[in-house]
Amino acid sequence: MSAIEIKDIYKSFDEEKTFVLKGLDLKIPKDKLTVIIGFSGTGKSVLLKHILGLHKPTRGEVSVLGKNLWEMSNKQLIEMRCQLGVLFQHAALFDDMNVLQNVIFPLDEHRPHLSYKEKKAIAMQKLEMSGMGKEHFKKLPAELSGGMKKRVGLARALALDPKILLYDEPTTGLDPILTEMVDDLILETHKASVGTTSVVITHDLMAGFRIGDYIVMLDKGKVLLSGTAEDFRNTDIELVRRFVDKGLKKN
Amino acid sequence: MALVSRMFIYIAELLEECGKAVFFFWESLTLTFSKPSRLGEIIKHMEFVGNKSILIIILTSSFTGMALSFQIYIGFNLVNATNLVGPTVAMGIFKELGPVLTGLIVAARAGGAMAARLGTMRVSEQIDALEVMGINPKQYLVGPRLIASFLTLPMLCAVFDFVAMFGSYIFSVHLLGLDEAIYFDKISQWISFGDVCEGLIKSAVFGIVFSMVSTYVGFYTRGGAKGVGDATNKGVVNSMVLIIVFNFIMTNIFRFIYVVTR
Repeated sequence: MSAIEIKDIYKSFDEEKTFVLKGLDLKIPKDKLTVIIGFSGTGKSVLLKHILGLHKPTRGEVSVLGKNLWEMSNKQLIEMRCQLGVLFQHAALFDDMNVLQNVIFPLDEHRPHLSYKEKKAIAMQKLEMSGMGKEHFKKLPAELSGGMKKRVGLARALALDPKILLYDEPTTGLDPILTEMVDDLILETHKASVGTTSVVITHDLMAGFRIGDYIVMLDKGKVLLSGTAEDFRNTDIELVRRFVDKGLKKN
Repeated sequence: MALVSRMFIYIAELLEECGKAVFFFWESLTLTFSKPSRLGEIIKHMEFVGNKSILIIILTSSFTGMALSFQIYIGFNLVNATNLVGPTVAMGIFKELGPVLTGLIVAARAGGAMAARLGTMRVSEQIDALEVMGINPKQYLVGPRLIASFLTLPMLCAVFDFVAMFGSYIFSVHLLGLDEAIYFDKISQWISFGDVCEGLIKSAVFGIVFSMVSTYVGFYTRGGAKGVGDATNKGVVNSMVLIIVFNFIMTNIFRFIYVVTR
């Protein structure tokens, strides 16, 4: 069964003069780590926003955990979103809250029956799981490095034990060592969170090869190729070959 | 012909924007009263709008009261009517200057900060993060700011009125040498409780106006740091202009009510 199913979606931001997504079909398998790759401007982030229900497709259907997002009531959509955890490109931490408060925040909103002590314990566990030391718990986001922000963002995404974890360009702008650290963190988190489907959106093909069970490549608003790392190495599609060769040469 | 059609397009776009802003305001306001309660956020923003503006309100109001008294004294002295300085200053402060200047000062200080804060949250994806967490950003970010401004502006306006009148009293009685008894007697004869309330109601409306404009432009910010700067600028300028326009409209409405109910 698919965790996310996208059926023939089109998206236009200018009254159908031009389309960012052009009949995109995609099934993201449950419990697997899927990596969606593509050049800049191919519609990866727009696709993510459709999965999150932040954008409504001009045409087509987006189903998450078997339910069409745009046939849901507001209450159902909120319940659905509680089952999604997102690590944003720049972590999107609330800058007026410290590290611990950032992770407790979703628990405050959606687990009001828990005591503060219980919520704090969950938050600390998630922070430790994502590799944050206790000495940083009282720091504000502005006092953290890029890698630390990603860790806190991941802990916050994990706070509600989501069924689907989405990562939007998690390694963009990071140095090679931090990139590898974040990739490892994603892989470890996926393995530790049994029954969780992970989706990583990136332009880093090598990350796809290293951590992905399943890779999808987008081009011009459509799926160009989907399959395993092996399928990507053996493909005859010219554009994919160039992308793979460049990635391999870089590494 | 091209000019006319461009004008129509501009008017249509302006109306569309106004419609969107009113819908945004209504949605945010109604959501504020839905669960979960945002009382903590409302109090936090009341502290931000009120407590942090009070010093600047006290400073500006005391000098406004003194300057207005002096100007009116100079004019009334020419026609030997200086005993009317007190009620004239009071009328101007309570009905016009109090609410308008309070609105303008708070719009510049708190309105600019609201637009910048929401704009920054938009461009750094914090608003998206809220939405993805199943939290309605309008309910969490906008509604409490609207309610806080609506409740706080009349309080600040009352402080402005009191300090401005105190400044006027000190200047008129102790520096210009007007008679203290006449000063207070004329004020109590000419000014009613309704006049004070008129100003307070105006300031509550100005609170809604500036917070709605500032949160609206901040909420829909686009385009990074430049977008945040533009949103802040737009928020402050539009709030100030609208406060002046709404003041004129409300003055006429109050005058109409006064004439009808007399």
